[in-house]
Amino acid sequence: MTKAISFKSRMATLLRRFPFIPALGMLMLLFILNGIAEPNSMTVRALKGVASTYLALVFLSVGQTFVVYTADIDLSVGAILSLVNVSIVVIMSQFGGEPYVVLLALGAGIAIGALCGLMNGIVVSGLRMQAIVATFATSILISGIALWVLPVAGMPAPSLFWKVYGGRSYGIPNVFFFIAILIALLAIMAKTGLVTKLLAVGNGQLSAYQSGLSVTRIRIYGYIICGIFAALAAFCITGDTASGDPLVGGAMTLSSVAAVVLGGTALSGGIGSAFGSAIGAIIIGLISSLVFYAGVPSQWQNLAQGATILVVLMLGVLASKRINQ
Amino acid sequence: MTIMQHSNPQESRSALFVYLKNPLLVAFILIVLLLTAGEALSPGFASMEQILRLLIVAALLGIVAAGQNLVILGGREGIDLSVGGVVSLSAVLAGNVMDGSNANIIAAILVCLAAGGLVGLINGVGVTIFGIPPLVMTLGMLGVLQGLLVVIRQGIPSGLAAPALANFVSKPFLFNLPGIIWLWAAVGLLMAFLLMRTSLGHKIYAIGSNENAAYMAGVPVRLIRIMLFALSSMFAALAGICILGYSGTSFANVGDSYMLSSIIAVVLGGTPLSGGKGGYTGTMAGAFLLILMQSILTTLSIGESGRQVVFGLTLLVLLLFYGRSKALRG
Repeated sequence: MTKAISFKSRMATLLRRFPFIPALGMLMLLFILNGIAEPNSMTVRALKGVASTYLALVFLSVGQTFVVYTADIDLSVGAILSLVNVSIVVIMSQFGGEPYVVLLALGAGIAIGALCGLMNGIVVSGLRMQAIVATFATSILISGIALWVLPVAGMPAPSLFWKVYGGRSYGIPNVFFFIAILIALLAIMAKTGLVTKLLAVGNGQLSAYQSGLSVTRIRIYGYIICGIFAALAAFCITGDTASGDPLVGGAMTLSSVAAVVLGGTALSGGIGSAFGSAIGAIIIGLISSLVFYAGVPSQWQNLAQGATILVVLMLGVLASKRINQ
Repeated sequence: MTIMQHSNPQESRSALFVYLKNPLLVAFILIVLLLTAGEALSPGFASMEQILRLLIVAALLGIVAAGQNLVILGGREGIDLSVGGVVSLSAVLAGNVMDGSNANIIAAILVCLAAGGLVGLINGVGVTIFGIPPLVMTLGMLGVLQGLLVVIRQGIPSGLAAPALANFVSKPFLFNLPGIIWLWAAVGLLMAFLLMRTSLGHKIYAIGSNENAAYMAGVPVRLIRIMLFALSSMFAALAGICILGYSGTSFANVGDSYMLSSIIAVVLGGTPLSGGKGGYTGTMAGAFLLILMQSILTTLSIGESGRQVVFGLTLLVLLLFYGRSKALRG
């Protein structure tokens, strides 16, 4: 009896330190199922395909996590992604596709993402509005600006851009390097202590405030980081689709929330990991490829995918709840 | 004592402030202001016909927002992101069952309400029995519904509204008012009666403001919460049928825009997302206000992008009035 309890509490401690463990298990399982359904899905080429399609969602979900840490939410990430996507494409086509222009466009994109995040942070944290409705309002505003920058989809990105994203260096697809950069970035951020502060705010704003944290400012930082990651996600989308589209991010907002939850981060704040959200985004990608490889008729694919995601979401929440009890 | 209070300027200013904090009053003042502004911008905007047209569109949103309102009132981060999916599903189902014939209207209504009720039941069971946060549960359900829509539509343009339904929604029905406005009024009365005059209504507020206390007092918390989710989906299904009547045929994802605008209507009406406070009368005003704002923006010639920018900014300013949380510095 005591042994069982100590096992359970050890699991709980482990899960609190690494909330993404259930998601990692799920990822392995989906990976194996994909391999059984279609052995070719294990080739580098197929993996590269999945990675380049879902890398944008990975970045977006990672960004969303920094906001969810403090029990907030950002429903404007998709709109920010769209705005950065059209902005960099327009800048690059205005000034030509030379390497220094591309770098300039990337810098401008990150600045735009950070500014949008700052606006969300001021609105939600500074003015104390309810995050769901306030970021929905800012998403309308940001989509409006995206439509003003580029009214219709289809302006092509310079070839340098998508060639780098889709290309290989030393025989390894570049997207894998981007994933490595993301992991390094997350490791560095974990060392800065900001994540600890965000989680502390999520655990209880009042107690965080009373122990001397500037809660308002910390929540704004969360939104700014989220905006910057939405900009990085926009770079991935631009590399993948090679064009600008003012509506490209709209459907991705809710997927990013789902990925965050799949990765073991609680929407009530205070517990979670950005690494888990990245895994969550890949889980969403692997579910849709599994549905495809398993030979589900095309009309039923969306339903099968939606139902599987719902079940996986429920299982994930239940698992962490059971262990934390 | 009372005289002294009245003579105190500080007190009377705060009394004015209390009135300004009343969402229903603010919404009403804004509606009058916007109608006046609309009339000034394009004469005929505030004509009776035009207001009726706005009321029809507001009724569609208002009926969805009724269910959303109930779920939000019930507290524990209650929110229903699946209403948009239910609206679309119901519009498609109703169109397929009706197929343009008046004889099938009853059957269509029954099928849609049953389907909606089932979706809500699953949401409610997921939230209460399995303890899934409402946002996650209804978000997952939205994905399922979107998939289900693809299956049901089979890629073919879907069914037709029955003529009687189309007339009910847009033609004068009783005292020169379309039936849908009567329906909305009935929903409003029903909601007011439910929330203010029945014990169930009081229990909804009770679980919304303090679930544990309500449970200790013997309120069947889980059962009521399941019922709230079922009602939410059924109201969305009802709105879906009316939207089919409004547009004639059901087209893809007609309900998408209702997901977040129903939440905004509830918040503008003075029900905070934390639940336990507020009511449906404010939500009705909120729904009309939202539709009015969108309609004024379409009369301005500032293009789609300008319209969205102005709409987003206006929403932010309006939200500044409502449901802001308290400062940490007490």
